[in-house]
Amino acid sequence: MSGQSGVTIEDVRRVAELANLELTPEEEPRMQRDLNAILGHIAELNELNTSDVPPMAQVGEMLDGNAVHTHGETLRADLVQPSVDRAAVMASAPETDGRFFKVPKVIER
Amino acid sequence: MSTATALSPEILAKYQPVIGLEVHVQLLTETKAFCGCVNRYGGEPNTHVCPTCLGLPGALPVLNRQAVEYAVLAAKSINCEIRETSVFARKNYFYPDSPKGYQISQFDKPVAENGWIEVPAFDESGAPITKRIGITRLHMEEDAGKSIHDGFADSINRTYIDLNRCGTPLVEIVSEPDLRTPDEVFEYLTRLKEILLYTGVSDCNMEEGSLRCDANVSVMLKGAKEFGTKAEVKNVNSFRFIRSAVQYEIERQIGVIEEGGRVVQESRLWNSGEGRTYSMRSKEQAHDYRYFPEPDLPPLVVGAEWQAEIFKALPELPEARRARMIEEFGLNEQDAATITATRDFADRFEVAAKKAKSPKRVASILLSEITMRLRAAELSDEQSPVSLDGIVLAADLMEDGTISSKQLKQLLDSSFAENKDFPEIYERDKPQQISDAGAIEQMIDEVIAANPKQVEQYRGGKKTVAAFFVGQVMRLSKGQANPAMLNELVTKKLDS
Ligand SMILES: [Zn+2]
Repeated sequence: MSGQSGVTIEDVRRVAELANLELTPEEEPRMQRDLNAILGHIAELNELNTSDVPPMAQVGEMLDGNAVHTHGETLRADLVQPSVDRAAVMASAPETDGRFFKVPKVIER
Repeated sequence: MSTATALSPEILAKYQPVIGLEVHVQLLTETKAFCGCVNRYGGEPNTHVCPTCLGLPGALPVLNRQAVEYAVLAAKSINCEIRETSVFARKNYFYPDSPKGYQISQFDKPVAENGWIEVPAFDESGAPITKRIGITRLHMEEDAGKSIHDGFADSINRTYIDLNRCGTPLVEIVSEPDLRTPDEVFEYLTRLKEILLYTGVSDCNMEEGSLRCDANVSVMLKGAKEFGTKAEVKNVNSFRFIRSAVQYEIERQIGVIEEGGRVVQESRLWNSGEGRTYSMRSKEQAHDYRYFPEPDLPPLVVGAEWQAEIFKALPELPEARRARMIEEFGLNEQDAATITATRDFADRFEVAAKKAKSPKRVASILLSEITMRLRAAELSDEQSPVSLDGIVLAADLMEDGTISSKQLKQLLDSSFAENKDFPEIYERDKPQQISDAGAIEQMIDEVIAANPKQVEQYRGGKKTVAAFFVGQVMRLSKGQANPAMLNELVTKKLDS
């Protein structure tokens, strides 16, 4: 993003492109406004001094009292579990021939 | 192979290609990386799927312990340092064969770094050298599903998606830009594949996509300090094409520069049918993956104790094994290389070599007589009618001079023709052997009398002519003369 000045229209277009989204000219300024508002909320966190706090991306390991597992104790054993029934999966698919998912023609970009 | 433009050798010689490789290897686990679905090539489409690998909301990934052990083992085999605490990250991109909208990978804290492997190469004078190729990193990630663009009635406007492969555990091995020629690229891949096969972490089957390769290629004027702009050649999925793909790209880039243009940073797709690369996307349109730490997976900690346990599974690697075979069994480089090409074959050989009187004899029977017949009959090693014990017996009989090489060939022919093991055939056909010194001497006299010119040559100092007499007598005896006795008697007669 373009630093202090917040999210620009160009940023919105670039993010939309990365997300394979086509925004209408009316949607672009709305997205810009929303994104800036969200970033504004997040920016409040910057007021906290976190220089002594180690980065943490998830909280799962705190559930068992910060135990450190160095031997893969919490990992999954390599044992096959049944997969789900394809008919059930395809029942929820927007488009299928019963065997494959079908999507609009993909052009590598 | 087609080339981008016709460039003279003088022009090509002005430039120094610089190449780095990214190799993706599927791990041979029973299940996928983050769910319990079976990890198996093929299968009815979309039958090896569950909420996790379908990317359904609320489903959570749980890392496969065996995948970690394989990744660490692979890393160790290519001399990497293991990072005790590594972190998974989301690589964000939108493509229908990746239903979550991101790939779970590793970014700034990969499981292993700073490795190397050695490859045979040539220095500037053309002398053979061993070159060390650096390995930047090895990280764990998951594979995507498969998009099928052609072959259906509505393929013109529909893409078909099979998610069976989605979530298959991979390691990506990234080399330093240390490679300089297409041959070095080929050697690097060959060695890497050989090492990984030895560790057993992958079957490295390129046809099934379990080993895939992208090449980062750039060129610079020789002596230049800075690398040129690189292009990434993707989809080089066969050893057969890797050399041509890299060579094509080198020449294309030199052509661009020679015409006053500039190489653009881009991804290019190798098309083996046409023998050329095509631009896929340039940097302006490049993906920006917006990596961030995967919130659903805790950091992966592989402590020293676990590492030590994993390393115990590390076998003797091909290079070390070759050196030992040369030392221990007196094999030459070429035979040692052939025998150690796969761990299975090397194991087979060693079992036999240790039982036999002469390991070299075992090597020569295995590599020439057996291999030749297997090839002719289109059989695999496992389908050979001749067991290891059969080879040991054959080698010992040869070593003792009990059978001649001609008799060996006949026995092996019968063995293959009747699909019966060598000992059985030998017991049945036990070739007549003439071990009566008098009878052999009589035949030698006959041959000597018929070939005065050769006798003269021999007595004039050309001792190698003895082989001619041995051959002639062997023929006269219909291959039945005891070879050891024959050799001895021919020399004795000629010297007398
Ligand atoms: Zn699954």
